[in-house]
Amino acid sequence: MMRSLQLRRRSSVVGRLKTDDRRPTTDDFPLRRVLALVRKELRQLFRDPKTKRIVFVSPVIQLVLLGYAVNTDVRNAATFVVDLDRTPASRELVDVLAAGGQFRVVGRSERPADLGAALDAGRALLGIEIPRGFAADLAAGRGARVQLLVDGTSSNTATVAQSHATRIVQQYGQRYAAARGAALPGGVELRGRAWFNPDLSSRVYNVPGVIAMVLMLMALLLTALAVVRERELGTLEQLMVSPITPGELMLGKTIPVAFVALIDLLLVAAVAVFWFGIPLRGSVVALLLGASVYVLAALGLGLLISTVSRTQQEAFMTMFLCFMPLIVLSGFMYPIQTMPALFQWLTLLNPVRHFLEIVRGVFLKGEGVADLWPQLLVLTAMAVGVLRFATARFRRTVG
Amino acid sequence: MLSATRLLAVARKEWIQLRRDPRSLILAFVLPVFLLLFFGYAITWDVKEIRLALLDADATRESRELVQAFEASGYFRVVARLDAPGELDRLLVRSRVTGALVVPRGFARDLAARRTAPVQLLLDGSDANTATIALGYAEAIVAGHSRRVLLQGRRLAMPLAAEARVWYNPTLESRNMIVPGLVAVIMSIIAAMLTALTIAREWERGTMEQLAATPVHRLEVVFGKLLPYLLIGAFDVALTVGAGLVVFGVPFRGSVLLLGGMTLLFLLGALGLGIFISAVMKSQLLATQVAMVATYLPALLLSGFLFDIAGMPPALRAFTLVVPARYYIAVTRGVILKGVGIEALWVQGLSMIIFAAVGLGLATAAFRKRIV
Repeated sequence: MMRSLQLRRRSSVVGRLKTDDRRPTTDDFPLRRVLALVRKELRQLFRDPKTKRIVFVSPVIQLVLLGYAVNTDVRNAATFVVDLDRTPASRELVDVLAAGGQFRVVGRSERPADLGAALDAGRALLGIEIPRGFAADLAAGRGARVQLLVDGTSSNTATVAQSHATRIVQQYGQRYAAARGAALPGGVELRGRAWFNPDLSSRVYNVPGVIAMVLMLMALLLTALAVVRERELGTLEQLMVSPITPGELMLGKTIPVAFVALIDLLLVAAVAVFWFGIPLRGSVVALLLGASVYVLAALGLGLLISTVSRTQQEAFMTMFLCFMPLIVLSGFMYPIQTMPALFQWLTLLNPVRHFLEIVRGVFLKGEGVADLWPQLLVLTAMAVGVLRFATARFRRTVG
Repeated sequence: MLSATRLLAVARKEWIQLRRDPRSLILAFVLPVFLLLFFGYAITWDVKEIRLALLDADATRESRELVQAFEASGYFRVVARLDAPGELDRLLVRSRVTGALVVPRGFARDLAARRTAPVQLLLDGSDANTATIALGYAEAIVAGHSRRVLLQGRRLAMPLAAEARVWYNPTLESRNMIVPGLVAVIMSIIAAMLTALTIAREWERGTMEQLAATPVHRLEVVFGKLLPYLLIGAFDVALTVGAGLVVFGVPFRGSVLLLGGMTLLFLLGALGLGIFISAVMKSQLLATQVAMVATYLPALLLSGFLFDIAGMPPALRAFTLVVPARYYIAVTRGVILKGVGIEALWVQGLSMIIFAAVGLGLATAAFRKRIV
């Protein structure tokens, strides 16, 4: 209470001082003031070696970590085998299942109860039970059956694992029948082909998404604290008594961070292409253009958070509360298509969604400015809107 | 030596301080509800109604039957009918459709002649997850349809069939996966973001000396500071699980007592870790950032909550062994969905005890150094 009173009193003094002092002189053109502030911000940013590490090393680490962690492919899924048949055919089936790299046999038993226990304890994700008489049924063409048990607690992994396992088992049966000339001729055969990502590797899909997330985080972290820090340190008054206007101040706070964020973009894009081998098929110009406006929108948001917070702590909390929905409702990790209609509409207001479309379009689909102009336009509008709003808000809090 | 009065006094002071900080309270009480609604309503990987373009070059009864089998499954919806393959390009690039089913000319003729009749499914692979699932559904549909066509009027079985059964979550709903996992994430946020502030705040405001000058024992400080957050954490777990049961219909199959005990251990460890970070960092801002990286992000990404640990590279997999949330999520899933008891979860229980001991030990140790 005391604190806020003091703050208010102080800011009113600042406001008076500011109006008194703002007499534009002829030798003082606005860009020079902005440049001076940019210089000061950059110096402040890089004076501390710790900040340099945070700004340039942590995005790369985040990309590498997330690139590996955010993965919806099923590989090495723990598989428990109960082979009651113990024939060459049943062993071959298990070998075929384990050969693809999607499943790894972690245990074998001849008692079905062990399989249940393995699933209960979470030691296995998938269980395969081959009944007695499997080989005989298969050889006689009587329609052999095996049972697959899937741990459904992790539903997305389970869905993919189940479909892989079913397919492998069926293909084995068809090959077996065909080799013995017992297959029914004809029938419908599905030939699946995936565009843009023929191996259906989830990394190719996720890594470009991580780029959008990392850029947003960096921009928010650097700006959300910018104005509050000046306020907490008491240097905001000093800035206010200088002839700089709120608009110029915002510009001066924005340019250095935008510059840093673009370097970050180049860094993480290089890691994506050279480390993860994500193809960059589209126009680099579209990517840079998109990133520029996206970063500006993110910076505007950060500055807005900064102007509504009294302490760095508050700014950090607010940032965290904003960051979560921005990521969740962006189409990164969670598909937008399956959201309820209301949430789908909400995603349209989310800059991350539009930038994701640009990043994925450029990286995976080989698109250029001609294809992505709607997203670029929306992001530009957002950037302008948010920055203007942040400046207006800032003028009101200090004025 | 230890006095309950002094401990409670520290706890009360902490509680009053917490009550005056609206954003921390939002984090403590609103965020869990918000996350639950978000994850429960907005997010689902349940792939339904995949939008499909259809290019039926055959246009026969047989080809229409196949398309019908796709639509009847509920997984696919034909939203566009094409006359030439060229149009498909535009639709896929614009993301109007997720895939296209192409039935070539001569489909019915091949079927009648008992030749293999190929159909093609083109998918937008840029969303690998949806595409993989869509491909799986399509293969099942085509295999079923093929069987029906082949076996018309005949008594013959498929050479080999796999009967898949899903345990614990038969309909494979993502809500059932999300709710138990979310409990662990929310706990990590509470621990990381809230406790990380407590001791750093004393340092920043200069009240640390005052605290050191009082006769309060360091254990009393640590536990006194823990207590309010422990209550909030326990409340949040109850809220999340309760809402999961009531609103989202997640089943609760195991023992409430077991879940409660494990939660208590996990909370103690996580809160201890938060206090440790806070005592070492001495700055609120640094402490929250470190806490976020040390507890919240691993709980979200490396715990098996959303992403399968087995599929990660070996180095990352080894790292997940020291992520406590990994064990806690195994417990919440085990108790809530599987209904298993301590006989299946003793490894996790042991890890939880170690975690609690390490967390509290670190917190107390870091605190002593500063006070004396």
